[in-house]
Amino acid sequence: MTAATSRYEAGRLPVARRTVRALATPGGAIYILLGVLLVLLFLYNPSLGESGQFMRFIGRTAPIAIVALGQYFVIVSGELDLSMGAVISAQVVLAGNLIGQHADRVLPVMVLMLVVGIVIGLLNGVLTTLFRVPSFIATLGTTLIVSGVTFYSTGGAPSGNPVDSFRAIGRAGIENVPLLGFVPYSVIILVVLVGVAIWLMRRPFGRLLLSVGDNQAATALTGASVWWLRTRGFILSSIASTIAAVILVGYAGVSPVVGQGYEFIAITAVVLGGVVLGGGRGWVLSAIAAAFALEVLFSLLDFVGVQSTWRPAVQGVIIVVALGAPLLRWHRGRRHSETTVAPSPSPGESVED
Amino acid sequence: MSSIGPSLRARLSSTTAMVYGVLVVVIIVSVIIGATLGRNFFSQGNLTVLLTSTTVLGFVTIGQTLVILLGSLDLSVPFTVSISSVLAAGVMAGQPGNLLPGIITALAATTVIGLVNGLLVGLVKINGFIATLGVGLIVSGYLFTNYQGSTGKASPQLASLGDLTVGFVPVMTIVMALFFLAVVFFLTRTRTGMHTYAVGGDPAVARMSGVHNAVPIIVAHSLSGLFAGLAGLVIVARLGVGSPGVGTQGGYDLLSIAAVVLGGAVLAGGRGSLWGSLGGILIFACIDSVMGIMQLNPYLKDVVRGLVIIVAVAIYARRSVPVRISRFPASTVGSAASVKERDL
Amino acid sequence: MMFGVIGALALILTGCAPGSNTSSNNSSAPTAKPNASFSQAQFDLENSQRTATFVGDPSTPYLQYLAGAMVKPAGFARTTPGKVCFSNAALSNTWRQTGWITMNQQLAVLKSQGVISQLEARNAQDSDNTQVADIDYFIKENNCDAYIIAPNSPQATAPAVQRACATGKPVIIFDRGAGTDCQTSFVHSVGGMAWGIDSASFIADNVKKGGKVIALRTAPGVDVFEQRWAAAQHIFDQAGLTVTDYLTGADPAKIKSTITDEIAKGDIAAVWVDLGDQAVPAIEAFEDAGKKIPIVTGEDNLAYLRAWKDKGFTGFAPVYSAYQWRTALLAVADLFQGKEIPKNWVLPQVPVKAAELTAVLTKNAGMPDGQYARFGGEDLPGFPKVWQDRVIP
Repeated sequence: MTAATSRYEAGRLPVARRTVRALATPGGAIYILLGVLLVLLFLYNPSLGESGQFMRFIGRTAPIAIVALGQYFVIVSGELDLSMGAVISAQVVLAGNLIGQHADRVLPVMVLMLVVGIVIGLLNGVLTTLFRVPSFIATLGTTLIVSGVTFYSTGGAPSGNPVDSFRAIGRAGIENVPLLGFVPYSVIILVVLVGVAIWLMRRPFGRLLLSVGDNQAATALTGASVWWLRTRGFILSSIASTIAAVILVGYAGVSPVVGQGYEFIAITAVVLGGVVLGGGRGWVLSAIAAAFALEVLFSLLDFVGVQSTWRPAVQGVIIVVALGAPLLRWHRGRRHSETTVAPSPSPGESVED
Repeated sequence: MSSIGPSLRARLSSTTAMVYGVLVVVIIVSVIIGATLGRNFFSQGNLTVLLTSTTVLGFVTIGQTLVILLGSLDLSVPFTVSISSVLAAGVMAGQPGNLLPGIITALAATTVIGLVNGLLVGLVKINGFIATLGVGLIVSGYLFTNYQGSTGKASPQLASLGDLTVGFVPVMTIVMALFFLAVVFFLTRTRTGMHTYAVGGDPAVARMSGVHNAVPIIVAHSLSGLFAGLAGLVIVARLGVGSPGVGTQGGYDLLSIAAVVLGGAVLAGGRGSLWGSLGGILIFACIDSVMGIMQLNPYLKDVVRGLVIIVAVAIYARRSVPVRISRFPASTVGSAASVKERDL
Repeated sequence: MMFGVIGALALILTGCAPGSNTSSNNSSAPTAKPNASFSQAQFDLENSQRTATFVGDPSTPYLQYLAGAMVKPAGFARTTPGKVCFSNAALSNTWRQTGWITMNQQLAVLKSQGVISQLEARNAQDSDNTQVADIDYFIKENNCDAYIIAPNSPQATAPAVQRACATGKPVIIFDRGAGTDCQTSFVHSVGGMAWGIDSASFIADNVKKGGKVIALRTAPGVDVFEQRWAAAQHIFDQAGLTVTDYLTGADPAKIKSTITDEIAKGDIAAVWVDLGDQAVPAIEAFEDAGKKIPIVTGEDNLAYLRAWKDKGFTGFAPVYSAYQWRTALLAVADLFQGKEIPKNWVLPQVPVKAAELTAVLTKNAGMPDGQYARFGGEDLPGFPKVWQDRVIP
């Protein structure tokens, strides 16, 4: 609620001051971090400036960005989805085993994958809302079940890569585009999904989803169905995992470990984008920017040549510093404004405690 | 505070009772399945193995319970367990005289890691999920840069404790039980312990009641580091060597969190108990034991584990008072609860 | 605040940059400590064994062995079928799954011959601590007539293996070693170092001094992978190649991105992997970047062999023989039947070279990508259907 009111206040300020204000929040600082990382990446890898290369780069970040997008809908409503990695693996194996070398099976199998995704999302949502299993546990449980069933039914070994026409979704693109050179299909999918996400968040659904995360009781009083709002968040998350899986099969091929750990990267990205765990606050674009920033960072580590075993540590330091530094300043600022403006304890602080 | 005391205690004990109810059901099913396969679930051998396998997870879960009671999480435990094992085994190097230096080095290091987690969560106010994930990654970088595989050697005294039993109870389990009781005492009888529940339940109210919220957070995270360190020592005793991957192998992060929740705790903090967590661990141990006897396909084991977690927690949720302690200021909690009850 | 983030970031990146540049120029050896997994004695031993002549018929490689000390079956021979207890480290990769399927088909044969009555298996799911508990359970509860142990980590399972030995029953270790020598016999393919020597020597022979090699490693701290890498690193250093290694977690998306970045940095002469199927996304990265595929080594995993055949690059497939799973069971059967077995049962491990690629693929037609070509179970009942369907018992 605080975020909403301050956003309306800011709306009356000139654009320049509004921008500066926005950048000073955790959700805004990510764009600066992203900018710095991008400049560094271009310095280390000048070939990114060549025709099509940068588009290819965005293309390979698309799965993570899409997964972060899905996770955003869940986190902003106050929950967590740990099942994304398992859903991706299951869908990848499903695509590999069912499509095989039959081009005519591509469409039916994609429909099946979508249905599987929706069912898992629905299951996560219903368990969390109607059965009141905390989402951390509910989605951990579905992770175990989904990956267990996947491995059991395939004997752990996917039969092989699906037909190339299906893999083209994640591997090919449109050649000879003016200015851009090469545009991977995954970039187009990403752009469309980001557009849809922004549109959704401006619709009543999106606003209610935010308000469920911020204050469930007040949202319930408006007559909104809390469980169905959250459940739709989970369904969107599983659909995002499914789309990411389709791109990943194309980009990298079938492997039961594909997608492993994506849920943690997605959560990190969403939080790095200033979205508060516990819900109620955060911009969808910042979450995407953070996912992109993480991928730029991973690539930068390739170019800088950090010793392989130290790379997780560098990631860890950057996560902690990037999150810690703005918070330190932010809390100081808020504490100051609290004493002068708001007498009541701010919800922002109690979340972190 | 005193007015909500009894009701809180009643609620806790009712959840804990349910945890043990689930445990009893699991044991009965295990005994029946064991019997149909011609095995005695309560044989000394099986009980010894069952208790041994709970000991490492038990230590980790004690720390995790403290952290979760505060509404935080510790995802760095696998790496803390590993670093404890490599430091202890490295310093001991099989020498009897190095037993204490090894133990002290390992526990000091892991407590400092916990302290760093606590400072990040309590003072910098980074979300516990992310802070401990980040710290875990940093520790893993150190581990795998400096250790390529099994390393060091347990001192002979520690190694002989590893498979020593009193009757059918492993000595390490007895040690774990003593620490467990000490922490129960800490939670219920000391000021910081009681503040843990207060801060986890409602930080704003705790702060207004004069609690320094950062103190219990920092203490709990440090203790979580310490207990992960102890878990690492148990591993050194059992395996005779330290290993940089031993914590990740055990999956102690998610397993310990699941055990705590299986024990009736609420992830948002403020509710749960060590006795409940103990029940949670035992539920896991019994299921694993019986699935081992059944020679169940390893992938199906995961399916069963997932089902049990979900079903058990859903049972608790149906029975217990439907208040989700969340981040609302105290004034709205009452109304939130009543609205929810009306809603259902 | 932003300055805080940027400052810290700059510090990290500049702090890393100089050290890492030297490290990537000369592999990670000079800046880092020497690889602790490297043992010259082991290297020399496996180097000589990989080209040695094996006793027995090459058409049944799972029965071949290197001449050496034999174990007398005294006391182990039985007139009734015996019960075998198998503590398995994991089934978490396709090599282990292939071996496990083969072992079960071998078990069916031995059961029908009345040699083995039952195989009780426990799976430690990649955890040392669980495996120790599994072995202890067998000792205390099971009245096993023999133990087969596939250790997760050699040193860590040693105390439990010693307890199994103390029961006086035969104990067969296979795959990774046991960090003790109390076992009746240790069944294994020549070894991880030989695997690394085979593949790295192929690269060293075909790449000019100073050429750039990318090494893709699955996971740190896992004994098998560390052995393969330690040997390969040694060969690369001796040949004066420029090596950069990456830890991939076996994630194909990460592998492809990493290779794409490395292609942007400069020409790559060869890619070395420590697990076969990881070569495939690396190969595709070159295709997608429009570059000629350089030398890419893999393993006898069919995903790699098929890509090698289809795309026609310079390849090489070292082998870590999956038939050792059935040999372990056969070793127990031999003891039960009163036959001698080698104390250290070293099985041949013959790499797949370009000349026999087509023949090997033809033999494995219809198998899934996760199958290992030299799995050595063609003569068992259920072939090929059981391996194609991949029913994991």
